[in-house]
Amino acid sequence: MIALVVNGKRHAVDVAPDTPLLWVLRDNLGLTGTKYGCGEGVCGACTVHIDGRAERSCQISVKDAHGKRITTIEGLAKGHPVKKAWLAEDVSQCGWCQPGQIMQAAALLREKPAPSNADIDSAMEGNLCRCGTYQRIRAAIHMAAREAGKGGVR
Amino acid sequence: MSDIVKFNRRDFLKTGALAGGGLILALCFPGLESAGAARPPRGQFKLNAFIRVGHDGSVTFIVNHSEMGQGVYTSLPMILAEELECDWRKVMVEAAPVDPVYNNPAFGMQGTGGSTSVRMEWQILAKAGATAREMLIAAAAKEWKVTPTTCRAENGRVIHDSGKSLDYGKLAGRAARMPVPKDVQPKSPDKYRLIGKPLHRLDGPAKAGGKAEFGLDVKLPGLLTVVIAHPPVFGGKVKSFNADKARAVPGVKEVVQVPAGVAVAANGFPAARRGRAALEIVWDEGEWARLNTPDIIKEYARMAETPGIIARKEGNPDKAYYGAERRIMAEYCVPYLAHATMEPLNCTVNSDKNGCDIWTGTQSQTSDRNAAARVLGLKPEQVRLHTTFLGGGFGRRANPANDFVSTAAQVAKAVGKPVKVVWSREDDMKAGFFRPLWYSRLMAGLDKNSNLAAWWHTIVGQSILAGTPFAASMVKNGIDETSVEGAQDIPYAIPNILVDLHTTQMGVPVQWWRSVGHSHNAFVVESFLDEVAHEAGKDPFEFRRALLADKPRHRGVLELAAAKAGWSRPLAAGQGRGIAVHESYGSFVANVAEVSVDAKGKVRVHRVVCAIDCGRHVNPDIIRAQMESGIAFGLTAALYGEITLKNGRVEQGNYDDYPLLRISEMPRVEVHVAQNNEHSGGVGEPGVPCIAPAVANAVFAATGVRVRRLPIRGRELQKGSGIA
Repeated sequence: MIALVVNGKRHAVDVAPDTPLLWVLRDNLGLTGTKYGCGEGVCGACTVHIDGRAERSCQISVKDAHGKRITTIEGLAKGHPVKKAWLAEDVSQCGWCQPGQIMQAAALLREKPAPSNADIDSAMEGNLCRCGTYQRIRAAIHMAAREAGKGGVR
Repeated sequence: MSDIVKFNRRDFLKTGALAGGGLILALCFPGLESAGAARPPRGQFKLNAFIRVGHDGSVTFIVNHSEMGQGVYTSLPMILAEELECDWRKVMVEAAPVDPVYNNPAFGMQGTGGSTSVRMEWQILAKAGATAREMLIAAAAKEWKVTPTTCRAENGRVIHDSGKSLDYGKLAGRAARMPVPKDVQPKSPDKYRLIGKPLHRLDGPAKAGGKAEFGLDVKLPGLLTVVIAHPPVFGGKVKSFNADKARAVPGVKEVVQVPAGVAVAANGFPAARRGRAALEIVWDEGEWARLNTPDIIKEYARMAETPGIIARKEGNPDKAYYGAERRIMAEYCVPYLAHATMEPLNCTVNSDKNGCDIWTGTQSQTSDRNAAARVLGLKPEQVRLHTTFLGGGFGRRANPANDFVSTAAQVAKAVGKPVKVVWSREDDMKAGFFRPLWYSRLMAGLDKNSNLAAWWHTIVGQSILAGTPFAASMVKNGIDETSVEGAQDIPYAIPNILVDLHTTQMGVPVQWWRSVGHSHNAFVVESFLDEVAHEAGKDPFEFRRALLADKPRHRGVLELAAAKAGWSRPLAAGQGRGIAVHESYGSFVANVAEVSVDAKGKVRVHRVVCAIDCGRHVNPDIIRAQMESGIAFGLTAALYGEITLKNGRVEQGNYDDYPLLRISEMPRVEVHVAQNNEHSGGVGEPGVPCIAPAVANAVFAATGVRVRRLPIRGRELQKGSGIA
């Protein structure tokens, strides 16, 4: 059994230690908001926070996630400025990549509360979107930064 | 559309083709009642097949089109809500089950494609909404013992002239038992409260919260995850296999042979993949094991020099071309393309001898359900297909061979347990059903006054529709409409035109890919027309404008895009501007692109101005989003998209070798939506066709090098290299 802390809750899972965290989240814990897109860390759909940093859960084995603080899209507060900005800008189209985009953006804003376009490009570069919602992602991140700057969640 | 098809309840009107229709098989407008009427959930009352109203005043709309990003779970409810006069904040959406009442009038079966949703359903849904509204009014009038004409509906309430009112929730039960009125009148557009407004998407919160359920997210007790070892070459088969090692992998439960290959069922995806990796399979690779992309192109180029089947002939193109003052000839080639939806293909099946449940993100419900029923030996009515959200569709999830659903049904039958069949990213990329590879040879003749006198376009490639149910109505005299769409209907006033087609037979499965024939023909036609304009010494915008004198909607978007872009304003040194205009799916789109090319030949698109005329429309923000989306999708194809074959094997497998546009490469896109009262056009696909030619023409303006092959190859744009 491997112990995990996900979204503040403790879990014990009985899986092979080299199982990617992505599939433990999805198949064992039922947290299907974290998406499978490529399995090679080249699309960003599986992005979660591990100890506050944006990481590709398809590239991290469950044993390496043991003892760390994992946050998935389900664990990001409903009122988080990034989630709110995503709705205000109507970013999502098909929606498959969006949890990964949102987790990546939330991590960016924690590090850089007022990111430039270049900061956004560099942080979001590895998160692919086949629907091409990039223009709205950029606008939503700027909006979230403004809202958070007004005293919302950091 | 309404002058072609008059709305008539329970009327079945079949027609072969429809102007600008794309994938139009038949028009049959169903009524408002489902055949296998399911009981509504507790506390809800069904007013018709599209509308349920709850005790609590909540409104559930049953939407018969698949939500794959194009916004139909918002735009179609807006039409219903507009007529129902309900409270938009209380609207919920449910995916429709399979039933003839939910058939797409364009296809005669349930399905989403051809950018048909809003333009085909508008009248049906307006009628459904208006009918339910009148039933709620009638129920209130009965309750109050007044005449219905003294009552009106507003924001989820029926209000009497005296001022008293009742909430829809209080009236729903009684309204559901009222007689269904005939000949209700939809609202006049000047009374619209919702239509025309940029309302937020209804699926936004579920998607941003990670709660939206896609096919891959479906959970069932005892569900096994299945991956399949597919043959390495299209048409290949299993000769023999040994599954001993695969069965020994922890978590692997079953290994079965199915027509698609060898399926490994396990507890979870990683175990299934480990099991598959341990399989020992001897393949019969079949007849296509020596297929190589360069050979295909060479053969197509040879065919393009010979006459094909004539799709359109005007005047005397032969004489006009050979007698021209100046002749221009060029050849264009575009590759096979994968849809590469972010959610890979998958399908979940839970079946027993009495019936079957299927969960999948599909664009073709009726056809997929029927295919599963055939596999399982069930009646179609015994198969309940549940449409989930689609993590991208782009045509791939409307598979005419029902590949992912039939395969999943075969696996379920062999395994005898609930299964979720999953295509890994690599499986999905290599699974085929690609946008075909196309080769075009174009010739144009200019007269003494540099007027375009002759246009000759020979097209070579595979038919998408041959062998599908659409062939009967859309392949005529050897011409697959989708092979020549956007080329045979070239809008320019040219006195002598010839468009001919060679349809090739190739072992690569092909399928419609967002904007279908327009995806390549717009690139070829609009790029070559630019070459001709240049040869004639004319400005590319003015040249097009003059040839579109009789095409006001083409001309309208062309002028709008040029004006908003500042067509004649000078650009920074090293930058170029290109323009393109195209009609598809009843909509007219023009793009102006501004690009620069660096010393290594890397193309950067800085700004795209897009004008669209889609006539009467529902949600302008969804239109803007679809234009942004189509441009990103088309730009990915222009800059990167390419599936190649070596010894019959697809060489690409994941996003590292089939790259998508990234955020840093996304141009600033400015969308301008024309306001008019014309018939509605589609928006899901029409955003795609213009961007590749607009960018290619801009590259020429910036570098003097013509792009005649996609994707654009940086090496060929480096200074001085020219292009063949």
